[in-house]
Amino acid sequence: MLKIDNLHVSVGGAEIIRGLTLVVPAGEVHAIMGPNGSGKSTLSFALAGRETYDVTAGSATLNGESILGLKPHQRAARGLFLSFQHPMEIPGVPVMNFVRTALNAQRKASGEAEMSAAEFLKAFREKARLVGLDEEKLKRPFNVGFSGGEKKRMEMLQMAMFEPAFAVMDETDSGLDIDALKMVGDVVTSLRGPRRGFLVITHYQRLLDHIRPDRVHILVRGRIAKSGGPELALELERSGYEQFTAAA
Amino acid sequence: MNNQPRVDRSTIEAAKSLETYKHGFVTPIESEKAPKGLSEQTVRFISAKKEEPDWMLAWRLDAFRRWKEMIEPTWAMVSYPAIDYQDHYYYAAPKTGARYKSLDDVPPEILKDFEKLGISLKETETLLGVEGAPKVAVDAVFDSVSVATTFRAELAKAGVIFMSISEAIREHPELVRKYLGTVVPITDNFFATLNSAVFSDGTFVYVPPGVRCPMELSTYFRINEEKTGQFERTLIIAAPGAYVSYLEGCTAPMRDENQLHAAVVELVVEDDAEIKYSTVQNWYPGDKDGKGGIYNFVTKRADCRGKNSKVSWTQVETGSAITWKYPSCVLKGDNSSGEFYSVAITNHRQQADTGTKMIHLGKKTRSRIVAKGVSAGRSNSAYRGLVSIHRNAAGARNFTQCDSLLIGETCGAHTIPYVESKAPSAILEHEATTSRLAEDQLFYCQQRGLSAEEAVALLVNGFCKDVLQTLPMEFAVEAQKLLSVSLEGSVG
Repeated sequence: MLKIDNLHVSVGGAEIIRGLTLVVPAGEVHAIMGPNGSGKSTLSFALAGRETYDVTAGSATLNGESILGLKPHQRAARGLFLSFQHPMEIPGVPVMNFVRTALNAQRKASGEAEMSAAEFLKAFREKARLVGLDEEKLKRPFNVGFSGGEKKRMEMLQMAMFEPAFAVMDETDSGLDIDALKMVGDVVTSLRGPRRGFLVITHYQRLLDHIRPDRVHILVRGRIAKSGGPELALELERSGYEQFTAAA
Repeated sequence: MNNQPRVDRSTIEAAKSLETYKHGFVTPIESEKAPKGLSEQTVRFISAKKEEPDWMLAWRLDAFRRWKEMIEPTWAMVSYPAIDYQDHYYYAAPKTGARYKSLDDVPPEILKDFEKLGISLKETETLLGVEGAPKVAVDAVFDSVSVATTFRAELAKAGVIFMSISEAIREHPELVRKYLGTVVPITDNFFATLNSAVFSDGTFVYVPPGVRCPMELSTYFRINEEKTGQFERTLIIAAPGAYVSYLEGCTAPMRDENQLHAAVVELVVEDDAEIKYSTVQNWYPGDKDGKGGIYNFVTKRADCRGKNSKVSWTQVETGSAITWKYPSCVLKGDNSSGEFYSVAITNHRQQADTGTKMIHLGKKTRSRIVAKGVSAGRSNSAYRGLVSIHRNAAGARNFTQCDSLLIGETCGAHTIPYVESKAPSAILEHEATTSRLAEDQLFYCQQRGLSAEEAVALLVNGFCKDVLQTLPMEFAVEAQKLLSVSLEGSVG
């Protein structure tokens, strides 16, 4: 369960998240929608512990443990995964090396045994098929020469490999075609379970057609302006953010 | 190899011979050190210790006389307090003695040291004589005197001579005399001339015509004693059609005093021959404030005198307080080629001024330079390279790529390429980049579970990959670990 209470986050002295409260119970998928500049990415980076994002007040706990005092890699080891809106390239480091190094670092930090090369390869190939990345691509340096869509597939591949306790997906749908949206839905569906939560940040209903969130929250100027069921996203699609931005 | 623990005998003899010196200084028999300071007597002491023939002594003395007239170079982008050359020891033998018939006779504490610095488990196994270990011949230099040599018999079968240079001077004087100083003459530069006068030991390799050396040859150099400058001399000869791959790895224990190190490496490459020379250097770089650490002033040069000859230098430089090093290729033979692959990592207060020289003399000579510099902390690194195409080098080609990576705000990276071409048909390419280790890349890796330091190590290894992959496999693994260790504390 992810529990965020009265969170305030500043970036470069400007307060972006201004008293955000949100609970995502284990087993649920919540979506966050909001206009540009409402603080969606700031929220995801603050949860992941990026250095330049100052949490000035409030709390955030993952399965009862406060995560705000932890370093980014410690949060990752506790099962927090962030699917980046703009994934990075890592020149000179082959895809499989990167994913395996990361996976084993997480396992080691949580006291588990490292995954053997054979075990890893088997799982990796299976997930690569699931996200639709061909083997040739996987021999390259991580994300180098990948299209925007391929980079997003790589994010989903990692999410599938790491099987995180909680995944924050920051605009995973941006730049994806219809087939790829379905793939994202398939990955989330395959991972959905009673102990795992998702926070899906998106602008569009079209991703939610595939993911089907339990709850939808509308983020305006750093606060949750309204929460509701899946129908809230459809309502947004029809009437836009204006009614919420005017009220906030 | 000699069966007797010869150091004792040689010490006695050296001490005896000292009594006849006209200035008559006396060194205690139990001392394995030359007296502190540098004089003609020091040179004579070293030569006597090593039971050298007269011609060798005369060669050293000639170098010493020239050195006295020379001025220490100051053009490199490094700064350090003036070195008092009289305040160093120029020769030291290990206290435990030297030259063991077999590895069983080598004291365990020495072997343990090898384990520590050897890092590569396989090579340690080889050294320890574990069955089934890969064949890597190790001629170990401990503080100036070779203490262990392995696999010599197998090499002898192939006709390869691999021994300490002191032994080679005694056992193969004709070869040593023919080649020594022909690549790096005794007048070459201040540090090379100093080395010529006082070189303590080093490696000699001769690969006869048409022979492909059956194993990788490897030497670990190590600086052991307080304030002992080490002056290795390495001479490798690949006769026509021969091939050899040589690995050199270095480490040193923690130390307060600055240690002077000035090695000379000479490679002679005849027609159709090839030498691959790989170095992993991780001498003590000094503490965070730059205290202590090795001064490393090295002259390495390959003479590609034969047609179609080839030399490949690969270096991973992570240690030393100061590095002054430019492995070079003189491409004399038509169609000869030289390669230089370098990773230089500096952290804290380290300074490195390193690069290469490619001198194209023959027709259709080719050279390739890939240099990667990584600077962190308050360190400074400079790539300094020369590509020189002479009039007769028609159709010569060079490709140079210099990339610098900065970690943090207080380090520096400099690229100083010199290019001169007198052959209109030559083609030269130069690419250079400087980048800062990106915060967003680091964060991405951390989000995936890597600590800040692990993330830096991963990104730096990726940055250096083009060079690391030219190393022999075992060395490459060792080098990767070394990069991580060297950059510890470079991010908060």
